[in-house]
Amino acid sequence: MTDKPKNPTAEGGAPGGGPPPGNPDRRTFLSRLSIGLGGFAALLVGVPVILDIFKSMVAKEPRVWRTIGPVSKFQVGKTVVVDFENSNPKAWAGSSAQSSAYLRRDSETQFTSFTVNCSHLGCPVRWEQQADLFLCPCHGGVYYANGDVAAGPPPRPLARYPVRVRGGNVEILTTPVPIDGRVPKAS
Amino acid sequence: MLGMMRRVTDWIEERMGIGELVKPLMDHLVPRGSSWLYVFGSATLFAFILQVVTGVALSFTYIPSTSQAYQSLKFITDNSSLDHFLRAVHYFGASAMVVLVGLHMIRTFLFASYKYPREASWMSGTVLAFLTIAMAFTGQILRWDQTAIWTVVVGAQQAGYTPVIGGALARFMLAGETLGAQTLSQFFALHVFVLPVLIALMLGPHLWMVVRNGISEPPKRGKPVNMATYKQEYHEMLKHEGVPFWPDAAWRDVVFAVFMIVVVIGLAIVMGPPHLAGPPDPTNLITHPKPDWYLLWYFSVLALVPHFSTPYVIIGGPAVIFAVMFFLPLFARQGERHPLRRPWTFGVVSIVIVFVIAMTSLAGYEPWSPRYDAPPLPTTVVGTVSAKAQAGAQLFHDKGCEECHRIANYGGFRGPNLTYVGNRLSAQELTWRIANGGHNMPKFANILSAKQMDELVAFLQSRKPKLDASK
Repeated sequence: MTDKPKNPTAEGGAPGGGPPPGNPDRRTFLSRLSIGLGGFAALLVGVPVILDIFKSMVAKEPRVWRTIGPVSKFQVGKTVVVDFENSNPKAWAGSSAQSSAYLRRDSETQFTSFTVNCSHLGCPVRWEQQADLFLCPCHGGVYYANGDVAAGPPPRPLARYPVRVRGGNVEILTTPVPIDGRVPKAS
Repeated sequence: MLGMMRRVTDWIEERMGIGELVKPLMDHLVPRGSSWLYVFGSATLFAFILQVVTGVALSFTYIPSTSQAYQSLKFITDNSSLDHFLRAVHYFGASAMVVLVGLHMIRTFLFASYKYPREASWMSGTVLAFLTIAMAFTGQILRWDQTAIWTVVVGAQQAGYTPVIGGALARFMLAGETLGAQTLSQFFALHVFVLPVLIALMLGPHLWMVVRNGISEPPKRGKPVNMATYKQEYHEMLKHEGVPFWPDAAWRDVVFAVFMIVVVIGLAIVMGPPHLAGPPDPTNLITHPKPDWYLLWYFSVLALVPHFSTPYVIIGGPAVIFAVMFFLPLFARQGERHPLRRPWTFGVVSIVIVFVIAMTSLAGYEPWSPRYDAPPLPTTVVGTVSAKAQAGAQLFHDKGCEECHRIANYGGFRGPNLTYVGNRLSAQELTWRIANGGHNMPKFANILSAKQMDELVAFLQSRKPKLDASK
């Protein structure tokens, strides 16, 4: 590469060529030992780091019943947006600890709750009261009042939250963003 | 004074040998005739450096916490003129990097520079291109405004379509099961530490191979790559007509990179940083999330592909694009390099460019999206019609028809334009269509009462071209 003489200390091997002095078996052993030990140390540190980075892949957060409000607040036949705290709010979460759902009072005792996320790509669908439809802004997905797909690209109906009435209050079970359309049953 | 400096640099050089290391890189011979088309790779590198530097500066003020990120970004944008400027540079630098990666790939593709012995250069470049998009995407999330939080949800939902591991990938995107405090922390770690390090790790071999294999010479017609003889011929050619990289070829890289940086800074000064959507609020559903411009085309594609194919296109599309690009050189290692001998390459490049531009501009007005804010039809449009049709005109607005259908200059584009529908369809046909819906139209049978249906049909029947009395 350069015309200058190489720094002799940087050269490997014995002066005058030929194999370097010392026992070749010992050399093989030492190189294997170094690589093995290095790999061991890398695993020692690397495994917990990798597990930590990807721990959310198997995240299981607790399901909590959140009180939405007294039953009397909701009119039969009306669909409204309700807000509640998600299952695992951190002290520093700010507004991202909040979730929304659509809640519909079907009868005196029956409630249905839909996720706000379009089953196509998760955009927030809007309830159009007069048209009796949910419309998604992103790609034009449309759902009927019962959550069934009416038009557009959504592959599945709007997912539903488990909902119950306890002590005169409506409660919704916090639930993962329904990415695969499966919402766990109330246990 | 000069002598003094000389002695200091000599002292350092003797101990560190930096010149010894760099000089061969500067002096290495490159093919003559490497024109202005060869500057995009180095410009991408300079854009990356620009991003690192401006990113570091922004991180002095930015707070990666879901409760405060937006406020710190507001401060950066509104209260500190230097940060305001640097955020704009960081944004336009990102855009420049995406564009330059594209130009760099187009040039290497047209010139078939990916052929032997530079296959691995192209393959590492493919990985770098996808990492660049990942950087751009994660960067958009760090704004943590209303658009950002919904973009995360969209991204997670998209990842959820992956077979088998979809759920796990989606949870990884959210860093949990729902949006929360940890989501932003993770995106910050990815954007600021993980992805830049991966890019740097990939850049190492990508750049080393430029030195090891040399810059691909401009292609000549009738001079195909032959693996048996290529390297020898290349070195012969360098020996006879090669020129030192510095400054014979490098000056163009410098001039273009400086031009790029001046353009980025000019845009930053003139346009300022991108607009922040409102504060992040998962309970505010009146929102319309959209990715930044470099992914808009894909957002459009997902609206337009046949619905049954959506689950396959969402993940399969990018996966196939990556696989085709990554493995391309392994299937075309030898042969002609000149684009005129590979005319299909022009076809591929122009189709891709036209497709991306068309899809991107479609995303500008989103014909598939409902027009929530369409006002009730004004009386000038409704015209003088019966009271029944008047009521129908109101229903046309209230029942959401107008969000997808257009009459005169009002309403959406999703469904057919109904300005003159009275000419096309009879009352019976209209009733049937409204009740039963159709391709991409909801059934309104259970939504409209018989009376309302009557009124709506009467209104639509009245939609005919006005007859000019003078004729």
